[in-house]
Amino acid sequence: MQMTRRDLFALAAGLAAAGLIRMPAHADEAKVEAAIKEFAGGMPETGGVELGAPEIAENGNTVPIEVAAAGATSIMILASGNPNPGVGTFHFTAMSAESRASTRIRLAQTQDVVAVAKMADGSTKMARREIKVTIGGCGG
Amino acid sequence: MNKMIAFGAAAVVALAIGQATADEEAELVIDGQAFVTKLDAPDDSPLPEILSGWRFRNSETQELQTDDFENPAMIFAEYGEELWATAEGETGKSCADCHGDASESMRGLRASMPRWHEGKDTLFTLEDHINWSREEHQKAKPWKWESQEMLAMTAYIGLQSRGMPVAVKTDGKAAPWFEKGKELYYTRVGQLDMACAHCHENNYGNMIRADHLSQGQINGFPVYRLKWQGMGSLHRRFKGCMDNIRATPYKRGSDEFTALELYLASRGQGLSVETPSLRN
Amino acid sequence: MANIKPRVKVPGKAKAGEAVTIKTLISHPMESGQRKDRKTGELIPRKIINKFVATYNGETAFSMDLEPAISANPYIEFSVKLAESGTMRFEWTDDDGSVYDIEKEIQVA
Repeated sequence: MQMTRRDLFALAAGLAAAGLIRMPAHADEAKVEAAIKEFAGGMPETGGVELGAPEIAENGNTVPIEVAAAGATSIMILASGNPNPGVGTFHFTAMSAESRASTRIRLAQTQDVVAVAKMADGSTKMARREIKVTIGGCGG
Repeated sequence: MNKMIAFGAAAVVALAIGQATADEEAELVIDGQAFVTKLDAPDDSPLPEILSGWRFRNSETQELQTDDFENPAMIFAEYGEELWATAEGETGKSCADCHGDASESMRGLRASMPRWHEGKDTLFTLEDHINWSREEHQKAKPWKWESQEMLAMTAYIGLQSRGMPVAVKTDGKAAPWFEKGKELYYTRVGQLDMACAHCHENNYGNMIRADHLSQGQINGFPVYRLKWQGMGSLHRRFKGCMDNIRATPYKRGSDEFTALELYLASRGQGLSVETPSLRN
Repeated sequence: MANIKPRVKVPGKAKAGEAVTIKTLISHPMESGQRKDRKTGELIPRKIINKFVATYNGETAFSMDLEPAISANPYIEFSVKLAESGTMRFEWTDDDGSVYDIEKEIQVA
């Protein structure tokens, strides 16, 4: 079959439409960076923050996560691949035995999770790691 | 949860070696109580060994079930405990008014379900039993199969058998139901033309896309599924399986699902009841 | 769940200055505002717990801001060290303004 210009156009439009549909609705890197800067007042150095999470989460609806940073007054968690990057922020006090907390989070897809810690002296630290999210097909 | 950070580091190493997502050697202990999650199959079993679904989950999911506080299914069991003591229906009686302390009167019930009900002359699931008692003794409206109340009550009654071995009767009047359930288990259905056995007998332990196939044991139902972010019944799970193979599911509480439940329970004789359990 | 119920795990006794782990769980759907109603196709309005605060003898011991990306039935674990006996009060604030709370006594020796 010879391809006419009209066919080609239809094909291109179809591909574009398919591409649009397949575009995952996720936070872009700019939004993540903005959230980090708003919280930390700049880009923090990497290191000094523990970010505990499963390497592969069996279900993205409930992913256990733990963060810790010695001397932190607050730790913010961001999910770079969610529709909105914000997840939650822990605030520690003089009563905290250590600056460590755990919770369970929703991840829409495999993505980097970021933890940003604000220290008592005003300095900031950051950790980033990928969590693979299983998209299982089984069981309504 | 402090273990998790250490685990994360270890997992990087594990992954480099292989797809070691499930910890199949771990043993289930809840607040000091040991559970049977693996046992040798009897000679007449189609399975070489019997494995609880808990064994197919990864370490983080497994861990959530080892602590009754961290297991969100326990919220439902607690709600069930409240309902147990709540007066209902025209008679104004609560479950406790007749059955007293559930930890005594309900102990062992879940392990023996489904079982024959002489009065109604049919095979009863735990849900059937609860609704029969509501209508008969409380003169109350039956609960919907998948209602929060029914899930809470089945979780609470099931909890009273936790740790006891599954022991269902498949002979006598239950025998034709057992045969019917077995037939359903091996019958191909749906557009994908698959039977239960294709995934859960021939391929347990293998991955189907990203899912780690289990033996489809039912000793933990009702379960809190991370995917559902809530509690669900066994028959909901059956429906999910049938939807996935593009079959028209039977109804919750139907004779077909009840027969299948009996047959599946018999394939897991001896496993500890884990109700209310946690799965992915 | 038919009812929103807080649960906390707090040791009844603790040694002064020693780390004590506190676990909390509240039954709540954490409706993200991003899900669509399967029948109508319309977005289900957001309704989440957005704030959690633990106070001890009236002073803030720990708090958390929550976003829709926190899972249903939010679980929060943290640790404290206490100098004296007292009451720990836990408060969860809902989008609709409701506050769910629970209190626990801790004997510190």
